[in-house]
Amino acid sequence: MILKNKKMAKKTSTWILDGNHAAAQGVKLSRVQVVAAYPITPQSPVTETLSEFVERGELDAEYIAVESEHSALAVCTSASIVGARTFTATSAHGLAYMHEMLHWAAGARLPVVLACVNRAMGAPWNVLNDQQDSISQRDTGWIQIYARNNQEIIDSIIQAYKIAESVYVPVMVCYDGYVLSHTEMPVDVPAQKDVARFLPPYKPHTILDPANPKNYNLVTLANPRVNAEGVLCHGYMELRYLLQEALQNSRETIIRVGREFGELFGRSYANMFWENRLNDADVVIVAMGSLALEAIVAADMLRGAGHKVGVLGLRVFRPFPKVDVIKALEKSRLVVVFDKNISYGLEGATCSEIKSALYGSSVRAVIRNFIVGLGGRDVKARELVDAVNSSLLSMKEGDLSKEYPEWICDI
Amino acid sequence: MKTNAVNMTEKEYLLPGNRTCPGCALSLAYRHILKALEGQAIVTVPASCLTVLHGMYPVTSVTVPCVNTPFASTAASATGLVAGLKALGKKGVTVLAIAGDGGTHDIGIQALSAAAERQTDFLYICYDNEGYMNTGNQRSGSTPLGAISGTTPILGKQQNQKDITAIIEAHGIPYVATANASYPLDLYEKVRKAKAIRGTRFIHVFIPCSPGWDFPFSDTIKIGRLAVETGWVILYEVEDGVFRLTAASESLAKRGNLKPLREYLREQGRFKNITEEQINELQDWVNTRWKRCLDRADNS
Amino acid sequence: MGTRDCQHISSESSPAIGEAGTTGEWRDSFPVIDPEKCLPVRQKKPSCFLCWLYCPEAVISRTIPIQINMEYCKGCGICTQVCPAHAITMVLEEEFYPNETD
Repeated sequence: MILKNKKMAKKTSTWILDGNHAAAQGVKLSRVQVVAAYPITPQSPVTETLSEFVERGELDAEYIAVESEHSALAVCTSASIVGARTFTATSAHGLAYMHEMLHWAAGARLPVVLACVNRAMGAPWNVLNDQQDSISQRDTGWIQIYARNNQEIIDSIIQAYKIAESVYVPVMVCYDGYVLSHTEMPVDVPAQKDVARFLPPYKPHTILDPANPKNYNLVTLANPRVNAEGVLCHGYMELRYLLQEALQNSRETIIRVGREFGELFGRSYANMFWENRLNDADVVIVAMGSLALEAIVAADMLRGAGHKVGVLGLRVFRPFPKVDVIKALEKSRLVVVFDKNISYGLEGATCSEIKSALYGSSVRAVIRNFIVGLGGRDVKARELVDAVNSSLLSMKEGDLSKEYPEWICDI
Repeated sequence: MKTNAVNMTEKEYLLPGNRTCPGCALSLAYRHILKALEGQAIVTVPASCLTVLHGMYPVTSVTVPCVNTPFASTAASATGLVAGLKALGKKGVTVLAIAGDGGTHDIGIQALSAAAERQTDFLYICYDNEGYMNTGNQRSGSTPLGAISGTTPILGKQQNQKDITAIIEAHGIPYVATANASYPLDLYEKVRKAKAIRGTRFIHVFIPCSPGWDFPFSDTIKIGRLAVETGWVILYEVEDGVFRLTAASESLAKRGNLKPLREYLREQGRFKNITEEQINELQDWVNTRWKRCLDRADNS
Repeated sequence: MGTRDCQHISSESSPAIGEAGTTGEWRDSFPVIDPEKCLPVRQKKPSCFLCWLYCPEAVISRTIPIQINMEYCKGCGICTQVCPAHAITMVLEEEFYPNETD
């Protein structure tokens, strides 16, 4: 399949790319060395485009057409232990199939980068967009970043390598299937030499050398154990603590890398979320991915009706930016969280996490949760506006509890 | 000059004091596999007895680099090692994937089949103790008909094992072979031969398991030899499609008949409930396979 | 005292002898080699060495006379079975150390 959709715009390097092609360009510019991926709708064009780059000699990488997503991530983790920069991409059931390996890559502290093209989980089958797939993996120890548009996809992938290789935690870049993956928009594609300046080579913390043999990820006991030199080495729990510590501390690296990216390419990512008119807002909409841009349209409409509405467009979901969220919601009296996912039996994941972040703070806002867009159900700005209005109407001071979220659908 | 116990290299890659059972045939086989590779290998190992042999963090009993990997992914992990080494321009090292029958015949077969189809340049060794021994002897796709196991505790397994070497041979790879811990020199030679071949190479190693099969651990070598003498195990290799019997199977083909299979079965407690009908079925199966191998050897 | 002195961020193990401890303590009998029967000893030159070849633990050395590392020998008895000269016998620990009560 030929890249028909790039058009050079005058002297700039603005191309018209859909999300999948933006992702593939990001991987190419990052000079990834091993790609292993299995096709799944709506991700398949990513892996096809990468195989084309490799076969044309534009990307000097080993491309492995694996037979399953579980194997895709197994190939990437082992190649990463050797010291190669690796990439895989998937969606929904593919991500679920590699679930075991997601835990493994994080516990092994390997800087694999994975693009998740967000798609609904069956049963029943649905190939369209929601965020249930990546949300379901939030416990695995990966850094998770969500893109709102195709520019953010290519930028996030490049930054992902710098983040991952600094903190030795794998990074998942998520973007909405079809809404972004198959929708073309203008994307500024950085020049290879600039990305090479931005992204230093990967320095592995692992060594696979017969002259200095080491054994990685062997059975690790519950308790610390002394090694042959008499040093007390970690038990399982201490190693896992280090992973949590790395995620907690990665906020600093994420923001620093985002700032450096801005200095070089003119688009700053020195944040954990995108703020739109938060400084005078007392009603805040929280959304993630492309929905965060739809929310800005809704905020425009609500502002037009006299409400002081802002949008918190969550960008980094893991590590969850607790401190930043508290600060951003300080002045709010209503927070409306739109989730394109649900933790069944409770509520939308973003809503739970916002509530958890606010616990113990002085923020007394009412929090409302709406489940939207599952299985590719279109979300209109009008519907977001109606949800905010109905929340305002139903609101009582300090009323944090509606037992379960409301759903914007036909039932 | 053929390797023997006197002229074989001295250097060992298994350190004393590992966690395997006394008389463990895997420990013996692994010792010689690593010697044959001269330690110039990067090993990838799934959940299995071999993981336990390797030890527990932060100490390992093996002086060869090793990457542990989840159960289904051995061949995929090896693919990643090969790809990573190639991407970094590192040469001269064998990528060795070594898994049990659980990790090969059952949960790992998908990844192995795919790696072979992609002609991945690695050596895959299946060490076959005919059951999921690391988790306490549950039945696997390699457990024989009539054998008692943790999950066939009373009636014994109702189906015979699958012939994994034939399955892998059907992928058209440049080298497949069978070996047996009781014939370490034959195993050693096959690993040395495989080391020098490019592409996917597969060796199936028969591993008698004392606690799993229920025989005294000092009899490990004897059980392995009986397996060959009765035709349960046939030692052969297929190099670029050319079939050859080796070691004791080769001599057996020239000079004698197989011993009755029951001489092998009766030594092991796991066959204590096997029926006459099952023994006959197994004997027929052994005879058919042996004849087929003799025909192949004649026609090569 | 915590584990912060340990520099590992993932499970990285280094080789050492005795990973499972002194595995010689596992055995209830140990091999004894009769020098009058052992082939290399009789022939006064390197020969046979099948016990070395078949030892799963690599605790037998190709010296004359043969030496066995008793700290790690698990007492499996394979050497007794493969010796063509029947030079090796297994002796119960309690026969050799009759006064030990452990």
